[in-house]
Amino acid sequence: MAHGTLPLAYTFHFYLFGFIAIISALLFVTRKSPVAAVLWLVNTMFSLAALYVLLDAQFIGAIQVLVYAGAIMVVFLFVIMLLNLGHGVGGDIRTAGWKIVAGAVGIAILAEIFAVTKAKTAITLTLPAGFAATQIQQTGAIAPIAAPLFNEYLLAFEVTSILLLAAVVGAVVLGKQRTDVEGQNVA
Amino acid sequence: MLPEALFFSAVLFAIGVFGVLIRRNAIIVFMCVELMLNAVNLSFVAFAQAYGIAGQVFVFFVMTVAAAEAAVGLAIIIALFRHRQTVDLTNINLLKG
Repeated sequence: MAHGTLPLAYTFHFYLFGFIAIISALLFVTRKSPVAAVLWLVNTMFSLAALYVLLDAQFIGAIQVLVYAGAIMVVFLFVIMLLNLGHGVGGDIRTAGWKIVAGAVGIAILAEIFAVTKAKTAITLTLPAGFAATQIQQTGAIAPIAAPLFNEYLLAFEVTSILLLAAVVGAVVLGKQRTDVEGQNVA
Repeated sequence: MLPEALFFSAVLFAIGVFGVLIRRNAIIVFMCVELMLNAVNLSFVAFAQAYGIAGQVFVFFVMTVAAAEAAVGLAIIIALFRHRQTVDLTNINLLKG
């Protein structure tokens, strides 16, 4: 979407999905039932996917839906189901003192981030208006992200596979029932 | 839309921090961390639109790390539950001085 000439519908949808994301996130942290919390977080992630598409990141938006909302959150739901935590009896929200501390820390971090976003960056660094949109029209949505990923960032991409291997091995080792020599469960 | 995206990102990150501090359920706390990662991803995508595609490549890596982290973290929570029969963080205070 080109800068400067933003249609009203674009701005409207941007704010709409942004506020849906924020309201869902607020509902997510205040729900007593873990299952309801997960579903509100999934809603936040869908709204973020919509924001990514509006920000000319269609591939990232698709990955957000597939990996985050689709895979990671389903794993969370599975764990809640396996541990039978879905009832949310009494809730797990800390006492009033913690709420005040948490509110103060949240506001402090918000103020810090706003202060940082007020900082001006050099105009020479910014791309011309609508650069990303024209690039996507010329080469498709995936080529602009694939080219740097497999050139400048190839080493990081390969290291990622080692990270995933370590994560898989770690998850299996941690999740395995440990038994002693007589076959009794230990941990 | 860079200022607006950064505004939404900042608010989502603050909500994530707030959630980490007020909840006692380990799984919810873990999901709040995921929310913070998502908030940062939104900043990266917004900056990628204004300053170049590298931000989107970084979002890709953040998502990979988040997936690995979710696998290991949830395995730790399951091991903890097996050991203690609870995921309430106030009961997990072995390192508390």
